[in-house]
Amino acid sequence: MAERPEDLNLPNAVITRIIKEALPDGVNVSKEARRAISQAASVFVLYATSCANNFAMKAKRKTLNAGDVLAAMEEMEFERFLEPLREALEVYKKGQKGKKVSEPKRKDKEKKVDTENNKSRAEEGEDDDERMEEEPEVENEAEEEEEVEN
Amino acid sequence: MKMSQNSSGKDDQASGSKKPISLPISRVRLIMKSSPDVSSINQDALFLTTKATELFVQHLALSSFNNGSGKETNSLSYSDLANTAQETETFHFLTDILPKKILAQDYLNSLEQMQEEEGADY
Repeated sequence: MAERPEDLNLPNAVITRIIKEALPDGVNVSKEARRAISQAASVFVLYATSCANNFAMKAKRKTLNAGDVLAAMEEMEFERFLEPLREALEVYKKGQKGKKVSEPKRKDKEKKVDTENNKSRAEEGEDDDERMEEEPEVENEAEEEEEVEN
Repeated sequence: MKMSQNSSGKDDQASGSKKPISLPISRVRLIMKSSPDVSSINQDALFLTTKATELFVQHLALSSFNNGSGKETNSLSYSDLANTAQETETFHFLTDILPKKILAQDYLNSLEQMQEEEGADY
């Protein structure tokens, strides 16, 4: 999937902003430290994915779901993330429904958020949803073929 | 009124629940997919992993700053992170990518010492 190693890095500007927001005002974060945190974040994603995947495999599922990710957090002893994650997911789900329901005030907000958010993912992010739905089907076909062979 | 239009950092933070995530989901997805045994990921799992990564970045930065030596100078350095990775149980998985730095001279000395010890066996 990733063609260049840089593809596995997270955008530095965003990481820097998240770090700044977490620390007290005026803390100077060295360039080396920022790079290290960014790499740590990528490793965190891989570690979490691998843990979550173990849970999915145990349940004989091919698709990682929200429960797998939450179980992975517990396994990794990041229980402190569970509550904020559950809350964020709820808001996120509501937001997705809200996009279709007419609710003018909310729409305005979301538009603004979207334009901010999409700067970086405008080119690559738009077809995400489509791809997500395509893949499981492809796998089902593959499974069926296997069964026929057997 | 509370939905103010300005987009300063402060506002971003206060509106954390409105603006769900700041990291690009597509990039996180790419990283997840680089793991060979992952076949597919649903949208909620992707969202949660992205959000968790943000929480992780905050948590790592803040723990390292609080345990670190830079509190007086108001700074966060690489060694603060390396120390946190080594000393905090939940951050142990980072020790490979956050190795403690040692001077080349110290390394050579310890290498020499090891060789001497090995040599003594023969």
